[in-house]
Amino acid sequence: MMTGFTSADWLALFVHFMSLSLLAIGGAITTAPEMHSYLVNEKSWLTDSQFTASVALAQAAPGPNVLFVALLGWNVGMNAGGGMAAGPRAWGMAATGVLVTMVGIMLPSTTLTFMAARWGHKNRELRAVRAFKQGMAPIVIALLIATGWILAASQGSPLEHWRVWLLTAITAVLVWRTRIHMLWLLGAGALLGGLGWI
Amino acid sequence: MQSPRPQSKTDLFLSFSILALQGFGGVLAVVQRELVEKKKWLTHEEFLEDWAVAQILPGPNVVNLSLMIGDRYFGLRGALTALAGMLTFPLLIVLALAVLFGGIADTPMAQGALRGMGAVAAGLIAATGLKLMAGLQRNVMGLTVCYALGVISFVAIGLFRVPLAAVLLGVGGLACVWAYKQLGNIALTQKMAGGSE
Repeated sequence: MMTGFTSADWLALFVHFMSLSLLAIGGAITTAPEMHSYLVNEKSWLTDSQFTASVALAQAAPGPNVLFVALLGWNVGMNAGGGMAAGPRAWGMAATGVLVTMVGIMLPSTTLTFMAARWGHKNRELRAVRAFKQGMAPIVIALLIATGWILAASQGSPLEHWRVWLLTAITAVLVWRTRIHMLWLLGAGALLGGLGWI
Repeated sequence: MQSPRPQSKTDLFLSFSILALQGFGGVLAVVQRELVEKKKWLTHEEFLEDWAVAQILPGPNVVNLSLMIGDRYFGLRGALTALAGMLTFPLLIVLALAVLFGGIADTPMAQGALRGMGAVAAGLIAATGLKLMAGLQRNVMGLTVCYALGVISFVAIGLFRVPLAAVLLGVGGLACVWAYKQLGNIALTQKMAGGSE
């Protein structure tokens, strides 16, 4: 288990999320690939399955999807504190993790939004404003699809784990093409996985 | 006649709390239904304009939207109130779920269930992107250019894991310049058409 999570580590975590905040055009979820490579691959503060589970739980729960960031922070702190069984210190670390990641991801973008919103509202006919919006549109869309791809890839290769990929693909098509409620799909996913079919 | 508006900051907080708690897997549809259709705080046109700005700016779109709406009625305090409404109860719920799940996390069944939900979540996010493709129909760059930009970005991020900043600045920067040019051409064409009448 990880030990010695220092103040420098907290600061690094905070700075990382602050730096992603202004890149999160299209929502915090578009920076999930960056978070994954930093938290899982580079720092080993989270396992692959913890990362995916955080995104899944935040999707399953009501509210803005940005809350997956709170869960990432929660798990980083909990791991650093030695797990839930380690007692109050681990819980304190987990709560700190929530605070650090959420304030980090929210502060720059909300400050910018607050200041820019009135300006943007007044100047919505301005050519530069329209060009930015139109130009970024296809890239934001590609980012979302790539995020889905990377989350699926974190579960294993398509050949070896074709059932998982099939579930992801079926979900994508159903949500795209029908009005089926997402809760049914999440429930079905939990059931299939819980019974060991995927 | 004065248009409907939140009566107080408490009203604002509760309204955003209630709509956030209804949003499973995304809050946007609920925001539109509650604030435009039910409460009529915004007209359809106002909502679309605000949403465009919320989407342009970085950060969670619905959070940006709540900030903007709160700010309009009660200034900075209103913005923070709406933000708190959007996040407080959902945060408590999602942490409670994490705690409940954390206790049984090592069982194979729970691992399997989360694996299944993870696969579904991946599909949900991809589907959000697929749905938004409809919004490209009237893009000034034209569908072909949009799809090309989309494919390049997807391959760079999804397959080659190029850092996001590089893609946003590189591909995004080029796209914005191209869109700026196209908007200029359109304006010119309209001007000429207008002048010949």
